[in-house]
Amino acid sequence: MATPVIVERKPLTFAERTYVPQILAGLKTTWQHLVKPKETLEYPEQRPAIPPGYRGVPTLVKDPHGREKCVSCQLCEFVCPPKAIRITPGEIPPGAPTRHVEKAPKEFEIDMLRCIYCGMCQEVCPEEAIFLQNQYSMTGYTREEMVNNKVRLYELGGTLPDQHLKWDKKKDAEVHGNDRH
Amino acid sequence: MIAPPKPDLVTVNVDGKEIAVPKGTNVIEAARLVGVDVPYYCYHPKLSVVGNCRMCLIEMGMPAVDPATKAPIMDPATGKQKINWIPRPQIGCATNAAPGLHIRTNTPQIKDCREGVMEFLLVNHPLDCPICDQAGECKLQEQSTAYGRGYSRYIEQKNVKPKRTQLGPRVTLDDERCILCSRCIRFCKEVARDDVLGFVDRGSYSTLTCYPGKALANNYSLNTVDICPVGALTSTDFRFKMRVWFLKQTDSIDTESSAGAHTIVWSREGVIYRITPRRNDGVNDTWMADSGRELYKAVRAGDRLAAPRVDGAVATVDAGLRTAADVLKAAPGAVAIVGSGRSSVEEQFVTRKLAEALQAPVSLVSRIGQGDGLLVSADRNPNVRGALVTGLIQALPGPQLTALAAAIDAGRVKAVVSVGEDLIAAGLTPAQLAKVAVVYVGTHENATSTGAKVVLPSLTVFEKSGTFVNQQFRLQRFLKCVPGPAGATDDLALLSRLVAAVGGAPVPGELHALWALLAAEVAGLAPVTFARLPDTGLLLDPTPFAGLPFAEGAGLHYQPAAAVAATA
Repeated sequence: MATPVIVERKPLTFAERTYVPQILAGLKTTWQHLVKPKETLEYPEQRPAIPPGYRGVPTLVKDPHGREKCVSCQLCEFVCPPKAIRITPGEIPPGAPTRHVEKAPKEFEIDMLRCIYCGMCQEVCPEEAIFLQNQYSMTGYTREEMVNNKVRLYELGGTLPDQHLKWDKKKDAEVHGNDRH
Repeated sequence: MIAPPKPDLVTVNVDGKEIAVPKGTNVIEAARLVGVDVPYYCYHPKLSVVGNCRMCLIEMGMPAVDPATKAPIMDPATGKQKINWIPRPQIGCATNAAPGLHIRTNTPQIKDCREGVMEFLLVNHPLDCPICDQAGECKLQEQSTAYGRGYSRYIEQKNVKPKRTQLGPRVTLDDERCILCSRCIRFCKEVARDDVLGFVDRGSYSTLTCYPGKALANNYSLNTVDICPVGALTSTDFRFKMRVWFLKQTDSIDTESSAGAHTIVWSREGVIYRITPRRNDGVNDTWMADSGRELYKAVRAGDRLAAPRVDGAVATVDAGLRTAADVLKAAPGAVAIVGSGRSSVEEQFVTRKLAEALQAPVSLVSRIGQGDGLLVSADRNPNVRGALVTGLIQALPGPQLTALAAAIDAGRVKAVVSVGEDLIAAGLTPAQLAKVAVVYVGTHENATSTGAKVVLPSLTVFEKSGTFVNQQFRLQRFLKCVPGPAGATDDLALLSRLVAAVGGAPVPGELHALWALLAAEVAGLAPVTFARLPDTGLLLDPTPFAGLPFAEGAGLHYQPAAAVAATA
């Protein structure tokens, strides 16, 4: 058994025994905070500014011509670490204006209860169709509500500018045909 | 096709490693044996060599000899025989192993060649991997990681070629993706013997197409999809259904006929998406028939039996088995069993045990069709030989169940156990069926199951493991690919419990335990265990059944016994 060690305590001085210096030191911190600019926001009336590169709720986007950019290659489903993404691939029917793209998701679900906002889906997407945008707050009363389906994902995503428009170029080439033959 | 090489061995040197291979072996195959990968697109081990993709370029040399004296010229630096290297690269696929042949695949020249070939192949390739079904199993993708540039120097417009062409009922062609390897053309010409594909136009405008007025409609058309190294030929059924990297591969056997082609079943989360052939040089090479690829659709068919039934009312398995045992025991000596050539060897053995316990005669339903001389044989039951080997039957089944029909008419049979067979389709009349109590163990609804006294739902071939014996008497294993539906019970468990319920000696209802009994009781299966059965199957001794008039004609890797005897 360990022997008890008796710690010698220094007796308190008179000033310490009155507690006044300690109270004044505490009030100094309080007064400093009273005059400093505010650190907090009146959420939800006030919202924070979202810095660029922020990883919010993953969304699907359309190109400036309104074409859904996702072609259901399922790479995001494959790379998703918590397996939050579930895609049902489908074919674009003959006669549709985007028939030359051939493939589009029939259903696209992201389970926001599983999503860890890692952004790997955005990074892996070869069509630049999935983006983690600015929305950070997802709430719901049921588990079903927390699964974003395709319609909801496009509502959240909206339209983003496109530098390549590769499928439009492909369609132009198809219409134009080969140069000489 | 390539003639099988003669067994005399020659020594070749691949990247400094010596290996003895049969003379005439393809250099690609010889390199594979020492673990050196020679990339290729157009070469296929089961097709003729054309050498038009140029991807398999290698450096080749032969030991130097003095032209006059034929004496070896030694290299003083190494003390070994000097090697005369050919200054320009050769294609590996059209180079055969010869004594002293030297191959180099790791030199800067070869790397340059491969990168150059790769760049030219990608010049007009659409690079639409995100929508391409081949992505994940595409040779072009794989080899561009090793030999690709990573960006394109090509600034001109890419060629436009026909897209989404329906070559036939099951094959869709995207010509822009085609790299003109001609494997599909050679397959149709050499294996399927339905020469409908060809190239039209010249140079970079060359296009794969069907001859006018013809379609790629033969029963082997989907093999062209399998051998297409890129995504040009795609299966219309599998198109855009699922990415291959999600799919689990399970070894199985094609059950459409007694040819027993080896297959791989591709499934994800309990859903089967496609069936492709598995290479077995003794059975199906690398091919299988299109008709066998559609069999998975039965797994999720609407007429699948969902729950055990007694007198048409849904019951538990226990109640079903109890009623079945009561029905069978109530008719001593008046029970008949209709076994199935579609059951596995193990199930047929337990069916035999059931027949012995009930003293019941066993008949088998015969399914004889037209053989196509390749991989669909005349006998459409995959496992009639299994029934012979296990002793379930002694003679081949007749075309109709005439003996059973006569016995029912004479009142000698009061109860029938049917293992997955529709007795009406097999020749009984509805009136005859109405006279007997039927215990039906099967997977799908049919005329027999609707009128049956007891219905016990069981599993399809994709939901259980077991073995079949094909037309060559090759014992072949198939494995469980997907879980069975709720309400269905494994056939083996059902049959073994039925044996116990009718008072027979207990039989294990589990595969590995049953194999111990099978090896002990069945003469032909003595040395076999299920776990140690080779993936390529095991040839059993066919001599005890040599006299039987089997229906099969000649097929791929199969000669009927009569033809073999005639040539011998």
